[in-house]
Amino acid sequence: MSAVLAAILPVLAAVVLMLVNGVVLIYMLRKVLGHLHLRYGPLNVGPKGIVQTTADVLKLLSKEDVTPTGVDRWMYRLAPAVVFIPSLMAYAAIPFSENLRITALETGLLFTFAVLSLVALGIIMAGWGSANKWSLIGSMRAAAQTIAYEVPLLLSVLPVVMVVGSLDLAEIVQAQSGTWFGVIPKWFVFAQFPAFLIFLVAALAELNQTPFDMSEAESELVAGFATEYSSMKFGMLFLAEFSNSFIMSAIAVSVFFGGWSLPWVPDSVIAPIAPVIFVLKTYVVIFFLMWIRGTFPRVRIDQLMTLGWKWLIPISLGWIMLTGLVLKLGELGGAS
Amino acid sequence: MSELHDTTYEPGLLAEGTFDPGEKPAGIKRIPRGVEHLATEHLVVNVGPQHPSTHGVLRLLLELDGETVVNAEVVVGYLHRGIEKLGEHRRYHQLGTLMDRGDYMSGIHAELAAAMAVEQMMETEVPAKAQWLRVLMSEINRIASHMVWFGTFGLDCGAMGQFLYAMRDREALVDVLEAVTGQRMMFNYVRPGGVLADLTPEADSAIRTFLRTIDGYLDEHDALLGGNEILQIRVKGIGTLDRETAVAFGLTGANLRGSGLGYDVRRDRPYAAYPELEFDVPVGTTGDAWDRYTVRMGEMRQAVRMIRQCIDGMPEGDVMAKVPKVLRPPAGESYACVESSRGELGVHLVSDGSDMPYRFRYRPPSLYSLQALEEILPGRMFADAMMLIGSIDIVLGEIDR
Repeated sequence: MSAVLAAILPVLAAVVLMLVNGVVLIYMLRKVLGHLHLRYGPLNVGPKGIVQTTADVLKLLSKEDVTPTGVDRWMYRLAPAVVFIPSLMAYAAIPFSENLRITALETGLLFTFAVLSLVALGIIMAGWGSANKWSLIGSMRAAAQTIAYEVPLLLSVLPVVMVVGSLDLAEIVQAQSGTWFGVIPKWFVFAQFPAFLIFLVAALAELNQTPFDMSEAESELVAGFATEYSSMKFGMLFLAEFSNSFIMSAIAVSVFFGGWSLPWVPDSVIAPIAPVIFVLKTYVVIFFLMWIRGTFPRVRIDQLMTLGWKWLIPISLGWIMLTGLVLKLGELGGAS
Repeated sequence: MSELHDTTYEPGLLAEGTFDPGEKPAGIKRIPRGVEHLATEHLVVNVGPQHPSTHGVLRLLLELDGETVVNAEVVVGYLHRGIEKLGEHRRYHQLGTLMDRGDYMSGIHAELAAAMAVEQMMETEVPAKAQWLRVLMSEINRIASHMVWFGTFGLDCGAMGQFLYAMRDREALVDVLEAVTGQRMMFNYVRPGGVLADLTPEADSAIRTFLRTIDGYLDEHDALLGGNEILQIRVKGIGTLDRETAVAFGLTGANLRGSGLGYDVRRDRPYAAYPELEFDVPVGTTGDAWDRYTVRMGEMRQAVRMIRQCIDGMPEGDVMAKVPKVLRPPAGESYACVESSRGELGVHLVSDGSDMPYRFRYRPPSLYSLQALEEILPGRMFADAMMLIGSIDIVLGEIDR
């Protein structure tokens, strides 16, 4: 019995986390974009409009689930699940604190990226299955984009992995505790700044966010791969998107911003509030992504490809070499 | 068959992109199993008339090879209201009301063209104050219209924020227009013989407040969108219309000036109080989308300069000449044109001496710009297509009339 419970509880926790997160993030996006755009965002439903997203979700649930004629039924129906489930699975390895995580995976970082890249499969299925030209173009773009940016995304975290010597996200976080000269926190964002920049650009592309929101470029493709979806199928596509941006930000926090740790504060103080710190840090990163979203124009698909293949990949490879060189030199220096 | 009806028309993309309502939608063609059946084919997409970035009800048929536009066909007419025919059954002072509904973004200019055409036939002497007010309102309207272009241009390339920043500035201007004319869009302000009303003190102070802030805002727009590297790599070098092509298509306004030919009706066929004002005509060099962008941004700054001069140099006097209640111009014809936000907006009137025009013809600058679109689209990426629609700044209201 307890074994079953132990298996089910984390899944339930992930689902609840994802849903709550989605609702909070959508509200946050609308508020942040609203204020960036000289508007207020939601105001009327509940105090400061906080219940607005809930109302929207309820509305979405009550909508008729339309399946257009001419769609590839299996593809069309499965696609939202194929987008949604990997996004849910990706919560498994996120270390909210030293002990609070669903599974202690030794290859957590790799696992998360691997699972997230499955989302592209769902998008392609949605695009193909919808039998809509906009969807098709959108999903083809998504496929090209994901293939191009998966590589620099992984390459950008490799230097950190080389320094830490582990793919376990919790270990990466622990390696970042303490400070240099008592002032600068030992976060990898400082030591590995170029890697962080590459990660940021690649993550934006991987998340299909402005300036790389190719697959759903609304001024070109209407709603991209989601054009033909309605009701909760659309809701799932939408929710997965927000959940992915949380996961990507959580990885950014774990790998580059010291995860749940805070500099200058002893561990005993942090321990009880570690998850709170982690989530807050993640939200700061998400805010940054939203800020970009509210300001930047979109690049063109060929420019996106050029940036990925011709700039990000060579630069990240060069940075890996440099990091390797420094590590080896340090080792030699230590040995002598 | 008469020559008029003997027009050969190739249906081209239209035949392929049109959906027969009696037919069951086929969806995308299914490819039979097996590698030997795999083939690539061009995709004809139907952009509009309901599409986020066709700026109204423009319909565009694009033949795509992957992401590249191979062939483009523009379909217009979804907003046709027969304004020209309606004009033949309206009295002369009612033409302004119709013109407002043509280019609804720059109503003052459209009204002005109609009023000037009537005045030409009537040989009416328009009071100096009315002439200055016409210029003032024209320029205010020009910035308001360019702000919509600027905002939607931002939207076309995905910068959502720009649209709302532009709307903030437009809002201030639309408030001024409302204070003076009583309307926010369909002004009916410029009448044959003068204008409807003088500036109210509130309108005057609203304009002054606007003038205090606008320079900073324009700098902000230039920095946020124009200064953005992403925008520059998106628009530089796309949609190039050289001088000869631009002239051949009959382009006017910023689209022509972007191509390096500095023709501006305000300077070259002066009307109203423009001869008394100092202003420059911004001109581009290569004629790409970026040049059209910079020309329009420059025009906004020039318009601000002219508004300043108008506010400071406004003469005293009447705003309306003595004109009869029912206008009956002598038999004859007249053509008057103004520099609207989109180019040379002309009105050709033929009078038979009665109280209604015998023929009323409206030259919409956007129609000529739109024709150039079919020229610049092929060979560009699909995403560029949206930018190019934005960069030629069309208003479907005046194209379809």
